[in-house]
Amino acid sequence: MNSSWSRFNITAIVLGFAFLYLPIVLLVIFSFNESKLVTVWGGFSTKWYVSLFHNQGLMDAAWVTIRVGLISATLATILGTLAALALTRYTRFRGRVLFSGMVFAPLVMPEVITGLSLLLLFVAVGLDRGFVTLTLAHITFSMCFVAVVVQSRLVTFDRSLEEAAMDLGAPPVKTFFQITLPVILPAIISGWMLAFTLSIDDLVISSFTSGPGATTLPMKIYSQVRLGVTPEINAACTILIGIVAVGVIAASLVNKQREVQRLRDEQAAQRG
Amino acid sequence: MKSLGNIRRDFAPWNQPDAKPYIQFKNITKRFGDFTAVNNLSLSIYEREFFALLGASGCGKSTLLRMLAGFEEPTEGQILLDGQDLRGIPPYRRPVNMMFQSYALFPHMTVEQNIAFGLKQDGMPKAEIEQRVADMLKLVKLGQFAKRKPHQLSGGQRQRVALARAVAKRPKVLLLDEPLGALDKKLREETQFELMDLQQTLGLTFVVVTHDQEEAMTMADRIAILDKGEVMQVATPAEVYEAPGSRFVADFVGNINMFEGKVADRNGAAATIAGANGLTIRTANAGDAAAGTEVAFAIRPEKIKVSSKKPESGDNVMEGEIYDIAYLGDMTIFHVQLGNGQVVKASSLNATRATEDPLSWDDKAWISFRNDAGVVLTR
Repeated sequence: MNSSWSRFNITAIVLGFAFLYLPIVLLVIFSFNESKLVTVWGGFSTKWYVSLFHNQGLMDAAWVTIRVGLISATLATILGTLAALALTRYTRFRGRVLFSGMVFAPLVMPEVITGLSLLLLFVAVGLDRGFVTLTLAHITFSMCFVAVVVQSRLVTFDRSLEEAAMDLGAPPVKTFFQITLPVILPAIISGWMLAFTLSIDDLVISSFTSGPGATTLPMKIYSQVRLGVTPEINAACTILIGIVAVGVIAASLVNKQREVQRLRDEQAAQRG
Repeated sequence: MKSLGNIRRDFAPWNQPDAKPYIQFKNITKRFGDFTAVNNLSLSIYEREFFALLGASGCGKSTLLRMLAGFEEPTEGQILLDGQDLRGIPPYRRPVNMMFQSYALFPHMTVEQNIAFGLKQDGMPKAEIEQRVADMLKLVKLGQFAKRKPHQLSGGQRQRVALARAVAKRPKVLLLDEPLGALDKKLREETQFELMDLQQTLGLTFVVVTHDQEEAMTMADRIAILDKGEVMQVATPAEVYEAPGSRFVADFVGNINMFEGKVADRNGAAATIAGANGLTIRTANAGDAAAGTEVAFAIRPEKIKVSSKKPESGDNVMEGEIYDIAYLGDMTIFHVQLGNGQVVKASSLNATRATEDPLSWDDKAWISFRNDAGVVLTR
């Protein structure tokens, strides 16, 4: 394979990345715009960041988003992990294939349908729409993502680890908390982070299931944009991008370093 | 080590009628759905015995071990350990420990923590745990690796951690599932002797599952050969090799030549066997095979002598042609085709560097063996 910097390669990379990142770069640039007109450059300024923190509506929405994200991600992780355990461990019950398939279904379900059906359910049981329904809805759609992530780890989990623990005198519950859980913890954490990310940027399902006093940041931004884009929104989005980018880069750096360390250890062990 | 050798030499409780078995499998049957893994099997293992379950994969040997550990319950039958019925006792309350084929070391714990895990479950005082872990590390010579995680160890070191962890609780019985399967050949041979010494030092009962007959022969006091969930023979390595009880065992353990035939004539213990195409074999001991019985005469390759000239005397002398030669360094294996078409394997030790009686492909050759060199098999 040719791995040199041919003209074609360079063009392809530039075009590809421009397509992906140009809109985001524009958004970041205009968040530092002095002018109130979003599309006209009026000089550098950070005033929109200052005014952002004085915009009570946006700050409230951000706070709601974070709370919903933390609670729903945590509960979805617990439920999703339990579902994954049940589906990988109890392989002999009837209809297992059907159940496994049904866990995946919400992944491809159009969000509008999920949102609408949840709304109908909440109305039917007479639950007032607000923070609780919003959180429940987020748990519902993010749980299956957690289940899928944890399930894929459990498939490769060596069951003899659990047998060894029991053989050495640990009852099943103790075995789960001292052996199984620590070993699959990285997958559970990834599942939690995925659920959290999905929760903080969900718009469609939130719009269906939220009520007064429980407006999330994406909902707030969307409703403001309909009245006209302000540089304040650009600033809010830039901060969000920053948080996500730092998170992703940190996670991959840690992973990379761990991988390198592991390889080095293994090589050392083979030599010594 | 002389004292250990003496213990080992005199150790044969299975020949003492008053000796009490330590582990007893009584009419054990285990079914998985339609598949019968173990079929009405009975077996007795004695205290301090190094016992091997030998068989091809799927013969039920691992199932037997897992039933002893408590991971599977027998469908029918009873397992007794030191007089106690094990039915219904979960694995975490059984006084046996197992060393797993994959070692099953806990990846998130150090070597020390792995070894201490079982002791902690028993609620042993902290100081005692530390002492025991230190002893175990010394026993398996891994003192300087105490703080390492399993992935920072080589295969041989992992195997020793698994062993230390399994014996740390001083179980009544140590179960070993293909303990040396993941090691390379050289390390495997060394470790076999280490395991034997360890068993003698600790005075524990070892039950090892293996598909490697050499491993079973080297280490075990007695071997049970299993096939399709049934015991074919239980005997010492020497008995299994020199006096196999059936065609299956004879064929399974080591190399062997089989001559199918009929007992033509019996004279006390001795007999003449008429094989195919006019082959006649004289044997000093035909066991309980009466005249006219269909039998197989089985003889190991190293008990057959090959020569280029016809031996002047001998109980059994047959003429043939060299069909193939395999030179292995320490020995040479000849494939000799007899007049009736049957190919006989004969091996000769290369005790000197030069061969006195050189034989080559297609040469005429004579094979000969004594009348007590083979066994007569009726099953």
